[in-house]
Amino acid sequence: MSALSDNLVTFAILAYLVAMISHAVEYALGNTRARVAAAVPTRELVGAGVGGGGVPASPAPVSPSAVPGRSARRARIAGLVAVGATALAAALHLGALVTHGIAADRMPWGNMYEFVLTVTFVGVAAWLVVLWRRPSLRKLGLFLTLVMVLLVATAELVLYVPIVPLVPALNSYWFVIHVSTIVFASGIFLLGVVPAVGYLMRAGYEQGKRSFPYTLAKRLPGAAGLERLTFALHAFAFPIFTFAVIAGAIWAEAAWGRPWGWDPKETWAFISWVVYAGYLHARATPSVKRNVATWLAVLGFLTMLMNLFGVNIFFTGLHSYGGLD
Amino acid sequence: MTVVDDRPETAAPAPRRRPNRLLALLRNSWRQLTSMRTALILLFLLAVAAIPGSVLPQRGISPEKVNEYFTDHPDLAPRLDRIGAFEVFGSVWFSAIYLLLFTSLIGCITPRLRDHVRALRSRPPAAPKRLQRLPQHAVLPAPAGGAAAIAEVLRRRRWRVEVRGDEVSAEKGYLKETGNLLFHTSLIAVLIGVALGSWYGWSGNRLLVAGADNAFCNTRQQYAEAKLGPRVDSEDLPRFCLRLDDFEARFLASGQPEFFNARVTVDGPDEPTRSGNFSVNSPLRLGGASVYLLGHGYAPVIRYTDRFGRSQVSDEPFLTTGDSGLTSEGLAAFPDANVDPRTGRRAPDEQMAFTGIYLPTAPQQAPFARSEYPTERNPALNLVAYRGNLGLDAGIPGSVYQLDQRQVRAGKVKEVGTKLLRKGESWTLDDGTKVEFLGTERYVTLSVRHDPGSTMLLISCGFLLVGLMGSLFGRRRRVFFRVMPADPADGSPTAGSSLMEAGGLPRTDYPGFADEFAQLVAAISGDERATERAGTDRDGSDRTGVREGTE
Repeated sequence: MSALSDNLVTFAILAYLVAMISHAVEYALGNTRARVAAAVPTRELVGAGVGGGGVPASPAPVSPSAVPGRSARRARIAGLVAVGATALAAALHLGALVTHGIAADRMPWGNMYEFVLTVTFVGVAAWLVVLWRRPSLRKLGLFLTLVMVLLVATAELVLYVPIVPLVPALNSYWFVIHVSTIVFASGIFLLGVVPAVGYLMRAGYEQGKRSFPYTLAKRLPGAAGLERLTFALHAFAFPIFTFAVIAGAIWAEAAWGRPWGWDPKETWAFISWVVYAGYLHARATPSVKRNVATWLAVLGFLTMLMNLFGVNIFFTGLHSYGGLD
Repeated sequence: MTVVDDRPETAAPAPRRRPNRLLALLRNSWRQLTSMRTALILLFLLAVAAIPGSVLPQRGISPEKVNEYFTDHPDLAPRLDRIGAFEVFGSVWFSAIYLLLFTSLIGCITPRLRDHVRALRSRPPAAPKRLQRLPQHAVLPAPAGGAAAIAEVLRRRRWRVEVRGDEVSAEKGYLKETGNLLFHTSLIAVLIGVALGSWYGWSGNRLLVAGADNAFCNTRQQYAEAKLGPRVDSEDLPRFCLRLDDFEARFLASGQPEFFNARVTVDGPDEPTRSGNFSVNSPLRLGGASVYLLGHGYAPVIRYTDRFGRSQVSDEPFLTTGDSGLTSEGLAAFPDANVDPRTGRRAPDEQMAFTGIYLPTAPQQAPFARSEYPTERNPALNLVAYRGNLGLDAGIPGSVYQLDQRQVRAGKVKEVGTKLLRKGESWTLDDGTKVEFLGTERYVTLSVRHDPGSTMLLISCGFLLVGLMGSLFGRRRRVFFRVMPADPADGSPTAGSSLMEAGGLPRTDYPGFADEFAQLVAAISGDERATERAGTDRDGSDRTGVREGTE
């Protein structure tokens, strides 16, 4: 069962890779399409931002009417392949988690490897939900699958540890409550950073910036929609994260005798909470620019990453369950 | 936290009266402090200020690591210490940040609380003249009952409704501000809970060896470390005694712990005599304190028979060294050894001490330095005997778990020999005296704590969460309806009946308002097709008019 789980993770990484490449192909074909669009503006093409965006109107080698159609069709096929591959990868990912849990005979959240695997699954599952409700956001998938490939491969290559039962300190029903909510909130925050970064690039692009990272955003959905998705995801995840931290405090009171003791993990959870609270306040304040607020969301995610990797690797504390010693 | 930029111009001061400079300064500082921008900066500072608390060792968590840091960085450490870097969360600057933040918070929510109470008691405002200028607008056939029927539907949908003639105003979503205020008030309550805990709480840590002779009572002197809040006296500690009857530990084949349980007897004036169990994750809850299991180990029972034939027994706990096999180190000291029973004369140079390494599962062959498994499969005690003046009479505080190395260096204590003892074995030293390894007792490391703020903390965290949900997911919005006679020239199928004009205004960011509005007016009008008509009406413009000044 354990070997099956490991194999499923490998296949999931491959599927994410396929999805990422397909998204990239869609992107690339989209660019051809945009170039043609600039030459022959037609109504069906996404006009304003792209057509007037200073893209050189190079004459198309083939008949302009044939290329956009074929190219657009190919781009759409690549996009659909990417979504299909993402869904397949998510299914494999879920299978890996379930088999891992069966092999371990417990919830698969006992160490850093299992934790990252679950967080990334929550992220991709939430992404599929978002995609189902807002198909127009599909092109964000390139960034999401990139994050997936990086994180899941890191988990597999660096963090992997064989299955062992839980230490008594983790053997509590609070384990399920605290860790599941932390995992869930982390997964949504992970997904939330994708539109946040997308928004920052797209907003720059829409303001006419044409230097490197902004040009990537040429094919992204509109900035306003990305920004609203960023807020919706964070507003959804923040109370869950708050609950998870409170549940952790209740558990810490029972296990360690104090609800809050500034253990490194707790300190960084506090930092993340404060930064995300700052984001929500900044987002609700008209005088704060939206991109400043969105930077706070990105910063919040960096603190989450720090808490996951930095604290487990560099600091020792009561939360040292990473299994990397 | 209020937003300075959005605040409406304050009423012009009374004409021709020079404002008091000091008052103006105070007022402006207060306004600055309670502004959203300041609050955001303070929040950010709070996050930044917490970072050193995770990077540098902290006295409250690991004092031994702080000492280590002092040895490793003799130049840097005292300087860091001066700015409180080893006690970040109690330092002046950290406290300053959060106290300012909370002052800002109080300064912000107090007027908002007043405003909100006023808003809760007031009626929805009159409909604006031109409803078509609102973000949502629709004209539909009016229901038969006119304004009263509209109001009825709205009330059923839990809107707050006010009917003024042919006009209906309704508002909903007060929960957002209620939740917001509840959240921020709960934060203050959380801080108070923490403060109560640190003022009136106390805690003590100690080792407890199994057996009736080793029972301890809850007084300050009985703890190896005790922390009493500033408002707690030693006499305030509840009086009870604890005796460890049994400790059970189970491990996996790899040595990883699987299960712990400590069985104790509680006794004392403030607690009924009873037996109790506790383990990791499930502390023993007493009336005025909770007992937590922090660790466990072995206390070798060592008997020494001196040259006068008198025996003494030591069952001092040996401290675990941190490996999974529970290799433990400790000291069995016999300062009263070799006292002549007839004269009672002490022989300070004839005191005995044994330092040792205890291996619950010793390896099959040497070196006998590390235990292979945490339970006693092949217990062995590797003892080093010392004779001389242990330095315990000098009155200098020293560890009871280590031999005073100063005495060894000074040549006052001399090593006599080394021997590996199995359970029940004895060792006769060069002077004919005898040391025996009788067996072991289990010991546990305990933390006894009382935190009177924890209940308040828990309750306020509950309110905090409820408030947070209301604040994030509540949506304040207004709708207005005006019933007017149908225009006969319109030629609508409902000619003859009256029409209603509806307008909607989301007062917070609410992307789904267009749909809700469309559904609402359709339901009121009783016209299903109207859903589509109203839905397409000015779709996507739902963000206009969103002006949320406060959070």
